[in-house]
Amino acid sequence: MFEILEIGRLGPGVNRAVISAPDIARAHRPGQFIILRAHENGERIPLTVADKDVDKGTITLVWQEVGTTTYYLGTMCPGDRLQDLCGPLGKPTHLEKFGTVVGIGGGIGVAPLHPITKGMYDAGNHVISIVGARTEGLLIMTDDMKKISHELLISTDDGSFGIHGFVTQVLQSIIDRGTKIDLCVAIGPVPMMRAVVNVSRAANIPTVVSLNPIMVDGTGMCGACRVEVAGKTMFGCVDGPEFNGFDVDFDLLMKRLAMYKGPELISLNKFRDTERGCKCTIPGGA
Amino acid sequence: MTEEQKPKKPKVPRQKMPEQNAIERAHNFYEVALGYTNDLALLEASRCLHCKKPFCMKGCPVEVDIPDFVEMVKAGDLMSAAWKIKEKNSLPRIAGRVCPQETQCEALCVLGKKGKGEPCAIGRLERFVADWAAEHDEGKRPALPKPTGMKVGVVGSGPAGLTLAGALIKKGIAVTVYEALHELGGVLVYGIPEFRLPKAIVRAEVDELRKLGVEFKTNWVVGQIETVDDLLEKKKYDAVFIGTGAGAPLFLRIPGENLNGVYSANEFLTRSNLMKAYAFPEHDTPIAKGRRVVTFGGGNVAMDSARTALRLGAEKSMIVYRRTKAEMPARSEEVHHAEEEGVEFHFLTAPLEILGNDAGWSVGIKCEKMQLGEPDQSGRRRPLPTGETSVIECDTAIVAIGNGANPLVPRTTKNLETNKWGNIVADLETGKTTKDRVWAGGDIVTGAATVILAMGAGRKAALSMLQKFGVS
Repeated sequence: MFEILEIGRLGPGVNRAVISAPDIARAHRPGQFIILRAHENGERIPLTVADKDVDKGTITLVWQEVGTTTYYLGTMCPGDRLQDLCGPLGKPTHLEKFGTVVGIGGGIGVAPLHPITKGMYDAGNHVISIVGARTEGLLIMTDDMKKISHELLISTDDGSFGIHGFVTQVLQSIIDRGTKIDLCVAIGPVPMMRAVVNVSRAANIPTVVSLNPIMVDGTGMCGACRVEVAGKTMFGCVDGPEFNGFDVDFDLLMKRLAMYKGPELISLNKFRDTERGCKCTIPGGA
Repeated sequence: MTEEQKPKKPKVPRQKMPEQNAIERAHNFYEVALGYTNDLALLEASRCLHCKKPFCMKGCPVEVDIPDFVEMVKAGDLMSAAWKIKEKNSLPRIAGRVCPQETQCEALCVLGKKGKGEPCAIGRLERFVADWAAEHDEGKRPALPKPTGMKVGVVGSGPAGLTLAGALIKKGIAVTVYEALHELGGVLVYGIPEFRLPKAIVRAEVDELRKLGVEFKTNWVVGQIETVDDLLEKKKYDAVFIGTGAGAPLFLRIPGENLNGVYSANEFLTRSNLMKAYAFPEHDTPIAKGRRVVTFGGGNVAMDSARTALRLGAEKSMIVYRRTKAEMPARSEEVHHAEEEGVEFHFLTAPLEILGNDAGWSVGIKCEKMQLGEPDQSGRRRPLPTGETSVIECDTAIVAIGNGANPLVPRTTKNLETNKWGNIVADLETGKTTKDRVWAGGDIVTGAATVILAMGAGRKAALSMLQKFGVS
């Protein structure tokens, strides 16, 4: 179960793996996520599914190395098995023919955006995709996105590839050129999603964001993933992960995401000293 | 010549169970109660009157043959005693530890009813016998009947589901238990702390069921990966039992409840118990190790949370409860243990707001002093506000005020009726729901209750299924 079939780098600190999980591949709908444990003392972390192949019985995960588990995953090899893989979790994206849908993916956010975009494309929408990253090396899945977009716009913060600027500026330019947008879907770092919502709100374009709060069980049992939406406490795992971007308290989300910064560093330092930790690419590591 | 007086038989008092001393145990996760020795068990068993009309059995939700098993203890035949218990209760090592015997079997014991005396310590004897049998396991299992060809799917591996699985497999019915988490046992592994119920015991009890032929599937969220209807139609189960528990924590609905450092008891206990955050960083999952910890609530879960906080190193662990000690729903033994370990109680105190700092962390609780008014629907005197407020400084706050019904299964199952709280509507005697071939039991039906009531519900549902299947 949960054998890693392929694993490799997409960019600095960004990895992709194809994992055998036929039941999850079959049940998964765009917008849903999984929770995994890498090893028997491991934590449970949520990751969105970047792609799936029902016939081969596989799902594709893409992640950025930020903490012990994501660095650990980066050291795994084809043939290794994940300790646990649970999913699909969360509500699927509401897919229908809206008209023109703009999908905006920042950095690693392109991975979860991919199946949603595909779903929107298949539902008959005119799909415009904006893919952005800090710099060229961090752009991921642009070819995959191209196949399922009627228009693909790429931007980098430093101008090393595509449009020089933020994804919000690209969105603004689409609005300014007079394209009627019926829905935005924005996934990426919290500041990016907040910035997108500020632009789309001004233009009165309904905007869906997919949130990534800290989770434990992922089935609504623990409440670790509390987010505030329209002033109400919601659970990211069972009420989300997608919410109306206009209503999300992004500031609270940022603070809650930082809750374990101290312990995370302790854990990472300890991992760095292990035999496996030496093999990984933690900055400052051996 | 004076008539020789018959020497009066010395009266044996109720035997205490040895436990770790309070100062030491408040800083470790080892089990608090250490269990009877052989001698203590024999002495305690000798107190049982072996009543012809055993009232004690009436108090047991799973109707264990109490006088018979105690009689076997008296005779020193502990293995038979264990099997006697297991006829009715598949999980005696667990029940012997977490059952509120003082309000069930022991409350009805004749020894205690005579006024002065204390009841026979049935729960401690059950625990002793079941532990002994596990240690002296000879690998013998009761012969299982021929498979009936029927199969049942069980959603949730908590006490209700495990009990049902045990009862059905012994009647030749194939059982598969689906569990959302990566470990089996439900609340027994994520909720109840190691120091009250060692996880090795839960694992051993689950292994026992596995040896009998029960299949288990972890990481399987029914309602997400497949529905109850899929289990019935695609997987062709003859029946499905839903025992998903009361899995949706309630919050206080006061300002500041989403600050960092504010946990639901479910999350706090899950991090510590299931994810072993107490052994961080050997285990990867972190937990806020608060210096001053406040727990809201007066039930067993609140006691578990406050005592866990102490063991994680809190300088001060406080319970804030809006009524008085007399109204607390927790077992008196748990309250007593918490007090001994140094948990501080703030009665007649209700939280108004959780105060935070700029970084988004909780720093204190603004509370209001309460007074007791007339009894409410629950029969407990209603707390009324006085207007007098104060602030309790704390860095961690744990909300242990109960659980609502988890929506995942009800919202994905056709024709399954729920009540206004989202609990599944089921006959309390049979577990039968409004949906054909579907039974339910435990907290998902009753709202948060006890392990043994869930076990009782699992047992009743199993008997109802057997009757429906025509299997005796």
